[in-house]
Amino acid sequence: MRSLVLLAMLGVMGLAFWAYQENYRTQATARDAERLSAEIGALRERLALLNAEWAYLNRPERLAELADINFDGLALVPFAPEQFGAVEQVAFPPDPATLIVREIVETRGSLGEGEEALP
Amino acid sequence: MIRRPLRPLARILAARAQGGDPGAIEAENLRLRNDARRDELRLRAQGRLFVMALCFLGAFTLIGTRMGTLAASEPAEPRLAASGEAIRASRADITDRNGRVLATNLATHSLYAQPEQIVDPARAARELAAIFPDLDEGALHRRFTDGRKFLWIRKTLSPEEMQKVHDIGEPGLLFGPREMRLYPNGRLAAHILGGASFGREGVHSAEVIGTAGIEKEYDAYLRDPALSGAPLVTSLDLSVQAVTEQVLGGGMRLLNAKGASAILMDVHTGELLAMASLPDFDPNDRPPPLTRGEAADSPIFNRAVQGVYELGSVFKIFPVAQALELGLAGPSTIIDTSGPMRVGGFSINEFRNKNFGEISVAEIVVESSNRGTGRLALQIGAERQKEFLGRFGFLEPTDVEMVEAPTGRPLPPQRWQELSTVTVSYGHGLSTSPLHLAAGYASLVNGGTRVRPTLLRQSGPQRGERLVSEETSRAVRTMLRQVVTEGTASFADVEGYHVGGKTGTADKPRAAGGGYYEDKVIATFASVFPAHAPEYVLVVALDEPMETSGEEPRRTAGWTAVPVAAEIIRRTAPLLGLRPSVDAPPLPALTPASNG
Repeated sequence: MRSLVLLAMLGVMGLAFWAYQENYRTQATARDAERLSAEIGALRERLALLNAEWAYLNRPERLAELADINFDGLALVPFAPEQFGAVEQVAFPPDPATLIVREIVETRGSLGEGEEALP
Repeated sequence: MIRRPLRPLARILAARAQGGDPGAIEAENLRLRNDARRDELRLRAQGRLFVMALCFLGAFTLIGTRMGTLAASEPAEPRLAASGEAIRASRADITDRNGRVLATNLATHSLYAQPEQIVDPARAARELAAIFPDLDEGALHRRFTDGRKFLWIRKTLSPEEMQKVHDIGEPGLLFGPREMRLYPNGRLAAHILGGASFGREGVHSAEVIGTAGIEKEYDAYLRDPALSGAPLVTSLDLSVQAVTEQVLGGGMRLLNAKGASAILMDVHTGELLAMASLPDFDPNDRPPPLTRGEAADSPIFNRAVQGVYELGSVFKIFPVAQALELGLAGPSTIIDTSGPMRVGGFSINEFRNKNFGEISVAEIVVESSNRGTGRLALQIGAERQKEFLGRFGFLEPTDVEMVEAPTGRPLPPQRWQELSTVTVSYGHGLSTSPLHLAAGYASLVNGGTRVRPTLLRQSGPQRGERLVSEETSRAVRTMLRQVVTEGTASFADVEGYHVGGKTGTADKPRAAGGGYYEDKVIATFASVFPAHAPEYVLVVALDEPMETSGEEPRRTAGWTAVPVAAEIIRRTAPLLGLRPSVDAPPLPALTPASNG
């Protein structure tokens, strides 16, 4: 009987400790959630600002000006009907069977009798 | 179950033979039978009790769980409400059909003063006037010192201005957060977007309300917090709108026009891909309406929607279409267009007093014969003409989603008699907006079903009421194509796009009333492309254009509106994904005349 009471007391103490910990963890999580929602709000505001800036920087008027300024390098012209092509006009890729040397290949050989190395 | 006898003969005989009591056997058997019966009854009762207990257990568990969840969830609710969802820009964005931003919000600050706390009013006024050149130092100083407690100085500040004001270091100058409406594309689609301003203002926030255009029409929608910032998706295409405005502006300058408008509309869905009216304005800084003079001269006046004009010969296709529809004539029916023709005491003349003689209905459209359409209109009659035009929406304002739409109310003739029937047939006497014309052409060429213009992105074609038959629609497109290949709109033949259209050059009525100006016209070109499989309708109208490259100034639409429209088509059609087709498609054959 005595051991049973002891066991129960230990149980109560254990549960109290657990409840105490849970309480503090909940409070910490709640604070965390509040901080996160404030952060989300700030990030949303920043996102809206960046979106507005993106739209401002990509306005057609400015892009046309930039295309004009950089005409030497980019040669961008407005989209015109002549730029549509037909599928038949696209060149076939080169035949993969043909060996194409893309890198420097080291080759060796020996000179035979009477041959001279070119300068 | 076999019922066992209480006195089995074999056992009785055996008992008797041994001198036993046969009654004991009977009693024993009777006891066994009663025992079995009792067991059975108890089992049944236990089963019932068990089911009963289960029911109660279920009911109590249900109630207990519900109470538990109610008790547990209550403190969680306020936490959920405070989550990030509520933190949203208050007014929704407006985007084009591909999601590119047309209107958005920007967080800035407002500047206000509490003069009681200002340490050095003279210095504060001097420094502020240095930062904002439009502020008057003397007036500011007077207001700082006249005993008021509160004073607005600026509604919005840029970050640089805010830093400069901050650097003054005056404790009486304070900032409040402000959300400001920003149109990042500047003048682009200015008339459609309208503009926004502040409604009720407080120190910590201010209402942003739409003042015109789609901003005002959809004010409640844009401010609805339940939609949590979902943008309003319009039917406009940013690139197409930009190109249209650019080309139209260039054309307007080259042709010395006072104003111009262009409308590009999808003939199936009724979506407006681009709608421009020049001169325009910057919606970020919307000019106030004119207090003196003609309202139509203000840049905020939307010529495409609000301006109603007698648009001239572009209307000729409607009496022709009606005559085809009613079976009064076919495209090759010969009509006598020779003069003189007098209706209601007025003489009806051709442009430059030409005389076309006996020509077919198709040639009436190609040559733009006033007397030809007049004769057809007289056959049709006033009542039927009015009813036909009414079904195309020419007698009521358009229902496009702009707050200005109801002001674009057409002006029909006051008494629709014979003379009006004839003049309306070639576009005089009935004033409509260019948007009406675009919607009318779209309904006529798309196969003959009514489309209503809309500024919101649609998911599929409109299925409106049928106005003319497929066959009439096809014949009309053939005639419109002939106007370009053989008639007045030869400049519109953009290679690969098979443009069809009709020109209109209408003399402007005198503002004071009584007759028309000799040298002021409205040149209009209403076009459809590609004519064999119509996708888009483009209407270009120029106000008082004058082409001066020749020996004498030319004002007809063929020399003014048509080249501008052709350039718009050449530039926008590729952006709309239309591939130019080099081979001429087979034009539908002209149907034989069905005279009478």
